[in-house]
Amino acid sequence: MRTLRFLLRKEFRQIFRDKAIVSLIFFMPMVQLILMPLAADYEVRNINLAVVDHDKSSYSQKLISKVVASGYFRLAGYNQSFKEAFGLIESDEADLILEIPQDFERNLIREDKQKLFVAVNAINGTKANLGGAYLGSIIADFNAGIRMQLVRPPKFSTFPVIEVVASNWFNPVLNYKVFIVPGILAILVTMVGGFLSALNIVREKEIGTIEQINVTPIKKHIFILGKLIPFWVLANIVFTIGLILARFVYGIVPVGSLLVLYLFIAIYLLTVLGFGLLVSTFCDTQQQAMFIMFFFMMLFILLGGLFTSIDSMPDWAKVITRFNPVRYMIEVMRMVILKGSGLMDVLPHLGIVSLMAVVLNGWAILNYKKTN
Amino acid sequence: MMQDDQVIVCEKLTKRFGDFVATDEITFEVHKGEIFGFLGANGAGKTTAMRMLCGLSAPTSGKATIAGFDVYTQTEQIKKNIGYMSQKFSLYENLTVLENIEFFGGIYGLSDQQIKDKTNELLDRLGLKSEAKKLVASLPLGWKQKLSFSVAVLHEPKIVFLDEPTGGVDPVTRRQFWDLIYEAANRGITVFVTTHYMDEAEYCNRISIMVDGKMEVLDTPANLKSQFGVRSMDEVFYQLARSAKRGD
Amino acid sequence: MKQFIAFVRKEFYHVLRDRRTLLILFGMPIAQILIFGFALTNEVKDSEILVVDYARDNASQELITEISASRYFNIRQAALSYQEILSAFRAGKIRAVVVFPANFNADLLHQNKAQVQIIADATDINTANMITNYLSSIIMDYQNRVNENLNMPYRIIPETRMLYNPQLKGAHGFVPGVMALVLLLVSVMMTAISIVREKETGTMEVLLVSPFKPVLVIFAKAFPYLLLSLVNVAAILFLSVFVLDLPVKGSLPLLFAESTLFIITCLALGIFISIKTDSQQIAMLISLMGMLLPTMMFSGFLFPIENMPYPLQILSNIVPSKWFYIIVKSIMIKGLGLNAIWKETAILAGMTLFLLAISLKSFKIRLQ
Repeated sequence: MRTLRFLLRKEFRQIFRDKAIVSLIFFMPMVQLILMPLAADYEVRNINLAVVDHDKSSYSQKLISKVVASGYFRLAGYNQSFKEAFGLIESDEADLILEIPQDFERNLIREDKQKLFVAVNAINGTKANLGGAYLGSIIADFNAGIRMQLVRPPKFSTFPVIEVVASNWFNPVLNYKVFIVPGILAILVTMVGGFLSALNIVREKEIGTIEQINVTPIKKHIFILGKLIPFWVLANIVFTIGLILARFVYGIVPVGSLLVLYLFIAIYLLTVLGFGLLVSTFCDTQQQAMFIMFFFMMLFILLGGLFTSIDSMPDWAKVITRFNPVRYMIEVMRMVILKGSGLMDVLPHLGIVSLMAVVLNGWAILNYKKTN
Repeated sequence: MMQDDQVIVCEKLTKRFGDFVATDEITFEVHKGEIFGFLGANGAGKTTAMRMLCGLSAPTSGKATIAGFDVYTQTEQIKKNIGYMSQKFSLYENLTVLENIEFFGGIYGLSDQQIKDKTNELLDRLGLKSEAKKLVASLPLGWKQKLSFSVAVLHEPKIVFLDEPTGGVDPVTRRQFWDLIYEAANRGITVFVTTHYMDEAEYCNRISIMVDGKMEVLDTPANLKSQFGVRSMDEVFYQLARSAKRGD
Repeated sequence: MKQFIAFVRKEFYHVLRDRRTLLILFGMPIAQILIFGFALTNEVKDSEILVVDYARDNASQELITEISASRYFNIRQAALSYQEILSAFRAGKIRAVVVFPANFNADLLHQNKAQVQIIADATDINTANMITNYLSSIIMDYQNRVNENLNMPYRIIPETRMLYNPQLKGAHGFVPGVMALVLLLVSVMMTAISIVREKETGTMEVLLVSPFKPVLVIFAKAFPYLLLSLVNVAAILFLSVFVLDLPVKGSLPLLFAESTLFIITCLALGIFISIKTDSQQIAMLISLMGMLLPTMMFSGFLFPIENMPYPLQILSNIVPSKWFYIIVKSIMIKGLGLNAIWKETAILAGMTLFLLAISLKSFKIRLQ
């Protein structure tokens, strides 16, 4: 234990001696936490619409003004031909084309039904889906209005209607900040812990100081512990600052217990740091360690359920996510901060992450060889 | 079979890396308080042998005990009893002189009082008092080396291993460095040192010279010179090294 | 020139000798393309849905059958109280709840109007939106089918065409995105680290005192990464064509030319970072922690840039991968030519010149 004290003192001194690194550790995550959520907005509005009106009737005019008045769409162009409108799609000035055929109004009244053409730039799936859906519902609305006018009310009321009442719990106004901030904080804390720990032991290898440590009678687990604890403390500080920023910049107050949150982060960090140290023991140069960490970080983040939901992944990818610590972290952050889940709710997560922590740190200790 | 004052005993110690035999069945012993010179051309296998003796590298075959402990099974006990100064300078450059001393003292289990006393003594002896709070990175190389040696013997080990400790250092500093070595030997610390400087070889009680992984000769400098019928260690070394097949 | 080749050869030895780094260098883009191509989609599948049916009549049962028949949902039925629903959400077991009130069918038949309630867990907004949309459309389809027999007059039938990506596959947006992301990070990081590394170990001094122009030393260090990155481009394109079924619609040589330009931009950025920093750790932290999330977010392939607050939209303009993303999308998916992307190309070229100019300037100052 005495040895550990000296190790910790040395590690902290080394970390805080390098002012550039310290400011990077604290400053970079903070700036990102403030800026990124502003950028992470999936909400589909301002969809750019190009209209090709071959009919130029009062109905077509009404439909167009109804679409524009809905607030979701911005009229990007009023074109003479589909080809012209398609040009707007090619240059990314328009996302959707609404084409109203000739004799739209006349046919609708005479033949009881009439087609409309919608073309969607589907490179971005989400936007395409939602944009198409909004336009569809506006057209349906318009259709119902026309029908109201043309048909006598008593007849109309014989059509049964199912009304869908949708409500969104835990985030009723669908605020994207609320959704993204806990996730981004989880990722930032993971990056700080993961990268720093991965670089640490390998740095001593590169400089050669590890030799001097290896000829001392220091116990392997004490050495690993001495490397683990400083970054654990740092990452906890970054996390706490992050929570404070989330509170005062975005007004996100954790609904659940802070104690549960900190209990989870405490163990989660051991997992992340253990992984970093394990990578560090495998590598010979900082460059290697960085690349391996980068590779895994990418996978962890992309398969963490922040940017795209785990529900939408194929089965094999879902299996991979079970081994992804970041996934559990993001889930728990959302559960505790937004839904107010308690200890019992996050117990399975806690169990899995603890197991990972034991395996990774144990492996790191075994893989750190004083004699080779 | 081990006599009381034998602190290093090696018997046919061998290290292979694939087909390459870095150290080939070396056999020797070193006595307590002795300054033992370990010579050889670059690539002769000195560093490999030394790393095995320090418990940094596991031997392929042969036997060896350091301070009575086995190099295969008792490496951690060995580490309690030795000091080591590697070829590559290996104190922490981004810690101060004081911080380095404190750290290594703590790692070797010295008490706070011991660390304090040792630190004062060491700074006095090296004349580093005024530099104590400076980063090691800012010291000249010669001072770094002297500091490094002092840290390696801080815990009064039975044996200290020095791997080319005076590389790149000016003659005056080298002389001072050897004064430190003599002081340590007088306190009963066995010194095991590799070097390329033949004047330094003369300072040793006994020297061995390795050629192509084998230990060719082992005796006092005086005996070796008369055995080869030459006047300086330089010539002894030159005659042996000329027969070497491995270079660097 | 002969000296330059000698230098480049030395750099190649360095790069090729480190097998682990090389493995990651090529493994990473491949893994990412596969993950983006197959794992990341914009639709939900097998989402856990809880159905609370107070009606237990024909209509509600028919609707429940419809919902469970869809591949989007796994449904469970239970009569839970508000509290129980809340704790199911908290335990993260369900994504949404569908509630049929009592007398659902009766209301539908006699009052011509009935309600269905959908409660979604909006802590994950995207999933919540998608589930609500899917459920609503299943319900609408059902309603329309019921009404079909009644023959509605004056129907407007929208016919929707999905341009470029009729099956709404995720790969279409992601492949260009991954190319932009991976190339940027790899090129920037590799050059920045390898140059700073030479500074740290002191070998840079040796190179600088050689009778070789210092600027060329820097270029020689960056050159192997240009070639490696081009191999990466080829690998990504190969995978996207043959594994993801996403062909290159436009001109392949143009795509490679633009990729080369983009890689050079990134290398210039890496050189700039390496000249401004002295330790590998800082170079890495800047090029990774500082750039990973911003490039992901500001390239435009995860989040639409036009939704961002105006200052961030302006900020996104300095992210080179944003421009490259537009370029790749235009060539690969839309099949456009240089005349459609000359602006983006000019911006990248301008960035490159700017970065090189300021790098060289501060490099010269350092040498004095």
